[in-house]
Amino acid sequence: MDNLHSYLIISSILFSLGLFGVMTRRNGVAVLMGIELILNAANLNFVAFNRFGGMAELDGQVFGIFIIVLAAAEAAVALAIIINLFKNHETVNIDSADQMKG
Amino acid sequence: MTPTLMFALAILFLPLLSFAFQIFFGSKIGRAAHWFSLAALGVTLSLALSFFANIFITPGYALLDVSAVWFSSGSFTVELGIYIDNIAAVMLVVVSTISFLVHIYSTEYMRGDPRYTRYFGYLGLFTFSMNGIVLANSLLMMYVFWELVGISSYLLIGFWFEKQSAASAGMKAFLTNRVGDIGMFIGILLLFMQLGTFNIQAIAEQVEFGAFDGTGLLLTIAGIMVFMGAIGKSAQFPLHIWLPDAMEGPTPVSALIHAATMVAAGVYMTVRIFAFLTPAALEFVAVIGGITALMAAIIAITQVDIKRVLAYSTVSQLGYMVMALGVGAFQAGFFHLTTHAMFKACLFLASGSVIHSMHHALHKIDDHSTDPQDMRNMGGLRKKMPITYISMVVASLSISGIPFFTGFLSKDAILAGTLAYYHLHHGWTIFLPISGFGAAIITAFYMFRLIFMTFHGEPARKDIHEHLHETPGAMTTPLIILSVLSLAFVFTIPSTVNPFNSQGWFTSAIHTGENFAGLDMEVVGEALHHAHEPAMMISLTVAALGILAALLFYLFKVVDVEKLTRRVNKLGLYNLSFHKFYIDEIYDAVLYRPFFWYTKVVAKFDWELYDQKFIDWWGWLTLKISDWSGYSDYTWLDQKVVDGFGKATRYFGKELRLSQSGVIQNYILGGVIGILSIFILFQAF
Repeated sequence: MDNLHSYLIISSILFSLGLFGVMTRRNGVAVLMGIELILNAANLNFVAFNRFGGMAELDGQVFGIFIIVLAAAEAAVALAIIINLFKNHETVNIDSADQMKG
Repeated sequence: MTPTLMFALAILFLPLLSFAFQIFFGSKIGRAAHWFSLAALGVTLSLALSFFANIFITPGYALLDVSAVWFSSGSFTVELGIYIDNIAAVMLVVVSTISFLVHIYSTEYMRGDPRYTRYFGYLGLFTFSMNGIVLANSLLMMYVFWELVGISSYLLIGFWFEKQSAASAGMKAFLTNRVGDIGMFIGILLLFMQLGTFNIQAIAEQVEFGAFDGTGLLLTIAGIMVFMGAIGKSAQFPLHIWLPDAMEGPTPVSALIHAATMVAAGVYMTVRIFAFLTPAALEFVAVIGGITALMAAIIAITQVDIKRVLAYSTVSQLGYMVMALGVGAFQAGFFHLTTHAMFKACLFLASGSVIHSMHHALHKIDDHSTDPQDMRNMGGLRKKMPITYISMVVASLSISGIPFFTGFLSKDAILAGTLAYYHLHHGWTIFLPISGFGAAIITAFYMFRLIFMTFHGEPARKDIHEHLHETPGAMTTPLIILSVLSLAFVFTIPSTVNPFNSQGWFTSAIHTGENFAGLDMEVVGEALHHAHEPAMMISLTVAALGILAALLFYLFKVVDVEKLTRRVNKLGLYNLSFHKFYIDEIYDAVLYRPFFWYTKVVAKFDWELYDQKFIDWWGWLTLKISDWSGYSDYTWLDQKVVDGFGKATRYFGKELRLSQSGVIQNYILGGVIGILSIFILFQAF
């Protein structure tokens, strides 16, 4: 368990799960959760590459912390959008926001 | 800025201020506005007198000579400047004295005129321009003011423009002057081209140091060209035709502009450029002057309009001045300009007084068809208008060249000049003294004809005569002043009281003239000195003869004038004089008619061929081309190409917008598939 591959495999599984969530869920909150999974998969990669890539500094870890902060901000904005969606359509189904379709 | 310069600028600009005041505020103030003009001119006169006084204190050199750059372009610089020497100082006094007196006179003469204040404005404009000519130190600046006096003359001749004859007389004066002015401008540019300066002193200096050595002909041509301006402005033959018609203007204007000052501007200009006129150019000047002097005098004999007699007399006297300069009698020419200004202004103002009085009398008896200027309607005015009569007699004696009067001094000197010229050159130049003495005898004759017809004998019309009376003080005072200025002692005291001796302050203030273009002034001076006595004898004799003839013809009626006229007229001589040598008719036949015929032909050609055929054909062609071009533009370019782009855009937009399904998962799916395909593609290659 102490090699890069196992971390990358877990990260890939996380990413695929997140992508699956994003692509299949109609519920906006569920889509948001999928995005969080994708972000954390990327986070895991950063940390893993920092650990096993032979880097002296803690660049990957710092980047991971930045992404966590970014994810928090993103979640706040996305939730605000979802609340507005609910106010206008009485549902959080993202398919209902299709007024701009061609 | 030195006080001298300030004074000079004040002399120049005060009359302009008067003009501006009268134009902007005159009509609101009304008659009282003339006080402003009188004050402005009074100050101008006193400043001019201060310069004049200075010539006794510091004679010999210029009182003021300043220049300022007007504009420059590269190495080309044009300067404006003021130059006051003794000549200019005398001229300033002449101009401002007469202008001031005419202002006073006009307050009465123009009383009740609907454009009273505008009249004073124009007088101010004229005085400004005339002072500009006098003060100018460069030919270019002189030319500018030359045109300004032209325009003020035009405005004043046509002052009563409701009268068709006055309006066209103004036009005639302006256009005739234009002919001379074009020549003058060409002359100025010739000099500038050669010497690169407009400054008169600088030109004279360069000529002195041989700028035209070897190209004397060019200098002669340039001199004659510049002199052409004087031919126009000073009404010399063959451009004299405008001056008699200019008498349509108010009489004080005739006195100021068309007798004393503006017409003398040509002579003044010739005085200024005298230093660089070549002997050949001077010969031309002398001949022009001689022809003018004699011809105008002959015309004056038969005129019946009091102002026209004086007008031709003016032309004749101007001819004298020009002739004097031509023969090298520089001093005499300028002297005659000064004395003539005084006595001719006096004559005109006196005739104005007569006309004014006649006009009022005619108005009283309700006669609007009789001409108040026709001498045949006058006669016996002597007792009714004593002051006018006496001043007119004094001025007439002066112009006739009788001792004790100014005309004698200056005219005598001119006649001596013509005799001297004949002594030096012989041959055809005998024409000049003949013309001079001939004009002198005729002058004496027609002036006394005028006096006797107007003031002596029985009244021609008793009804008019009853209502005549002397004009008010504002009109008689200038007459008295001017007739005093026509007395010889004014110019000779304190040097001498001998009436036959002209050596006074004037002759010592005005130098005898310098010439750098080849005329030896010492030789001329010597000849002048020798010619002095014979000239005096002959001139006294001819003046006496002229007056005697007038006495016999018109006062004692010893000779029947009617019969004599008929007899002389068998040869057509009377008609020749009465119709002014048919010069107007000749111009009409030679210039105007062919010109109008030519313009008619050209206009016909222009309209029928050029306009109707050629231009219209172009129009037709343009119309056709634009029709076709418009059709192809619409059908091909607009409908096909431009609309084609629009249609294509719309079609692709319609098809492509279907990809925007509104289902977000589809977009993400598209993105994932895209990224995956990029990976796969990169893996593959």
